[in-house]
Amino acid sequence: MLTAFDKKLLNLLQKQLPISPRPFADLAVQLDSDESTVLHRVMELKRDGYLRRVGPFFDSHRMGYKGTLVALRVKPEAMEQVAEAVNRYPGATHNYQREGEYNLWFTLLTPEDALCQRILAEIRALPGVEKMMNLVSRKKYKINVQFNLK
Amino acid sequence: MDELDKKIVRAMQEDFPLVREPYKEIAREIGISEELLLERLKAFRQDGRIRKMGAVLQHRTAGFAANVLCAWEVPAERMDEIAAAMSRHPAVSHCYDRNVEPGWPYNLYTMIHGHSRPECEAIAQELGDACGVSKRAMLYSVKEWKKTSMKYFCE
Repeated sequence: MLTAFDKKLLNLLQKQLPISPRPFADLAVQLDSDESTVLHRVMELKRDGYLRRVGPFFDSHRMGYKGTLVALRVKPEAMEQVAEAVNRYPGATHNYQREGEYNLWFTLLTPEDALCQRILAEIRALPGVEKMMNLVSRKKYKINVQFNLK
Repeated sequence: MDELDKKIVRAMQEDFPLVREPYKEIAREIGISEELLLERLKAFRQDGRIRKMGAVLQHRTAGFAANVLCAWEVPAERMDEIAAAMSRHPAVSHCYDRNVEPGWPYNLYTMIHGHSRPECEAIAQELGDACGVSKRAMLYSVKEWKKTSMKYFCE
């Protein structure tokens, strides 16, 4: 169970980890706590699976990468093999089976368009892939995964 | 992005050290001073190369057990206005404008998080009503095959 302190800590940590020599000491000041307490609690929350990732989240576009969302219609009997083939591409970061006509959706980040096209051609040619849509992002309006714990 | 910038990105996308002086440890691994690392990271955050420095929770932690990728058909001339309005909703984590395809008229994508499916439905309805958009596809996930953070400059 998360305590009131944990929730305050997690809400703060989701907003900002200071870029400073002693970031956990800085957080502790905001929480009326001390560095050791904060650090140990963060370690426990990480260990217990509450935190997916701590650190910087880079802007893919500013890193020089282009992102797209790809939708596939896959024959049910080929789903596992196709999903695993998609997973093997490092630029395929999120891959979800979904309800509907298009039943496998993944995001793909690549530094060059030629690489993107090659990967898409390879995936389109996989057995069981019946249709493919390449939904290129034209504009990002929001990307901020943040949950306010009460 | 110079070579040092790329080195820093590669080092920073590994597990963040949970120690008193994490940046000192990372700087040591890269072979630069802590001051230089902090300076570059602050510049990254300033210019947007780092869009967030902090933690992302497991969705279940927050009790957000349901999520839906909701695709909307939005008139092109109202895209900016509608996308901005939907982005303001706290349950929307991602909001992107994407190209359409034959037989697929949806051009705006929102990721909606809720505690349950009915809550996701209600939020989508609320967003659509507020913006005067009725045509949408609710793409619920059935199975997560992969969810990772991108590792840049590792091709």
